[in-house]
Amino acid sequence: MSSREEILNSIRGIQKENKALPDIPNFQLEGDLVELFKNAIEANKGEILSKKEFENWISSNNFQHIISCSEPFHTYATQELPDDAHQLDHLELAILEVQFGVAENGAMWLDDSQLPHRALPFITEHLVLILSKENLVSNMHQAYDRIGADHSGFGLFIAGPSKTADIEQSLVIGAHGPKSLRVILV
Amino acid sequence: MSHPKAAAEFLKDQANSQWHDETLWMIRDKRDTSSKSIPEWEKLRNLASDIKDNVLSNLDQYLEQFESQALKNGIKVHWAKDAKEHNEIVLRILQEKNCEAIVKSKSILTEECHLNPYLEKHGIEVVDTDLGERIVQFLHQPPSHIVMPAIHLKKRDISALFHEKLQTEKGNEDPTYLTNAARLHLREKFLGAKVAITGVNFGIAETGEFLVCTNEGNADMGVHLADTHIACMGIEKIIPRRKDLGVFLRLLARSATGQPITNYSSHFRSPAEGKEIHLVLVDNGRTRQLAREKFKNSLKCIRCGACMNTCPIYRRSGGFSYGSTVPGPIGSILSPGLDMKKYSTLPFASTLCGSCSDVCPVKINIHEQLYEWRQEITKHHGAVGKGLSMKLASGIFKSPLAYQFSGSLMRKVIKSLPKIVIYNPLNSWGKSRNLPEVPKESFQEWYKRNRHE
Repeated sequence: MSSREEILNSIRGIQKENKALPDIPNFQLEGDLVELFKNAIEANKGEILSKKEFENWISSNNFQHIISCSEPFHTYATQELPDDAHQLDHLELAILEVQFGVAENGAMWLDDSQLPHRALPFITEHLVLILSKENLVSNMHQAYDRIGADHSGFGLFIAGPSKTADIEQSLVIGAHGPKSLRVILV
Repeated sequence: MSHPKAAAEFLKDQANSQWHDETLWMIRDKRDTSSKSIPEWEKLRNLASDIKDNVLSNLDQYLEQFESQALKNGIKVHWAKDAKEHNEIVLRILQEKNCEAIVKSKSILTEECHLNPYLEKHGIEVVDTDLGERIVQFLHQPPSHIVMPAIHLKKRDISALFHEKLQTEKGNEDPTYLTNAARLHLREKFLGAKVAITGVNFGIAETGEFLVCTNEGNADMGVHLADTHIACMGIEKIIPRRKDLGVFLRLLARSATGQPITNYSSHFRSPAEGKEIHLVLVDNGRTRQLAREKFKNSLKCIRCGACMNTCPIYRRSGGFSYGSTVPGPIGSILSPGLDMKKYSTLPFASTLCGSCSDVCPVKINIHEQLYEWRQEITKHHGAVGKGLSMKLASGIFKSPLAYQFSGSLMRKVIKSLPKIVIYNPLNSWGKSRNLPEVPKESFQEWYKRNRHE
């Protein structure tokens, strides 16, 4: 008998009382979604920028390696996307669009349709995400309603920059991935 | 080693153990603040518990559904009945890929299966990529906490370690500097690895996808750069529907560290073009635990670590004192199910205060199960050590006369007991403890005197 059969048979052999699967109520969040989202991103050590503030920030940095996957921001790109994600090692900035944001925790959803390389939002030194104010939902329940039955090979919530507190609980931003996360609300 | 002995070892460094206690309590406090910001928090805990109850009562069907969806998505599914088979499956995949070096993100399951030493024995370099895990790996130690693997270490220890292993400046203890050194070191490993191993936080039966949650982004760095992703998953990690994630993701990080969500929550459904995902479903004692009516609820655990942060014993005795892969209250009800003899002292490493059950996001009755395990262990192990005094106590409680007499005797004896009796090396109970103030009379005596007034 295969291990698969062995495991499934031992589960089937156990007397179990059937417990019903509960419905999930439609929990809501009180307050202004844009305000809540901003607070959540800042608490997660991200930053919210206007288009103007972004322009100031980028002109004060002398980035040599920028990739943009957002049409309106293509003018900032310095290079095209390589075939192999390993060549992104020296990438300083990636600009990506997200599908929607979650006000309660600052999480933003992207899937393969925003990610030409799945490694892109992780390997870059700085990350800028573009989110439309129209595309905010209140909490994680609405988030999964919105994703619905969409089929993507890979989907991802990003809520902040890469961080760790593994050395004596001191927060350090930029563990392996982005050392900063900026969100442009349009 | 028994829990009391190992705990005594940890308590030798008083400053460190006090820091450990206070730091974990601070995290418990963050969890409280975070959970109180959600009015429906208790409803979410009930929902999570009910969803997991449903999973446990239909686990076979959900596993089959999960497997068939995952196969449709192009994921290769493997089944392992125990740790040995799990390790063999992983090794076989690595050998097929001619892979000699892997990167691995946090997976308590692979710790449980002792995958690292097994792969190393077969000539494979294993690099743990979570910063805390890399630190303890350098020290040849297991993690001491499931969420904060290096919580037992201070920055001076890590500074000295990185000076030796990563050639950082001697004496530089700045966490940002040390983290950056690890970043550079691990970046090279990420770029070089052909296979990446991760754990799994949730597997979704409805869609055949699975989730991996991290703050560092190390799991994603590994798998998206590698050609092959091996995900190792305990069979109890199944949840029925994608929308159930709404409940669990709201609970998980808030319970673990007080943050509203981990910075990265990655949903893996199919491999990227030209790549492979292998999923290993592992039993290793879980079906045995499922068959134990009193203890099956322990399988609802989502590994947030909240019960450790709140536990007065864990905070003061450290993760290593448990000697089990999962330490703390939840570890003390899971481990005896794997080996009751080896872990016989763990259910006693508790005050039964119930704080663990109060913070558990899936409402496992941890302290009640600790009590139940004590019954099981006493039944199997008979009168040893504590057993003798318990038998004595049982005799006293059975006879009203003996009870009255022993009470009045103890009130006299405790008052005049020389300190040496309590604080001598033979009495492990006396360490860090004081005897209570003794009342002048018993309740019965007081009642007799006062009942007519």
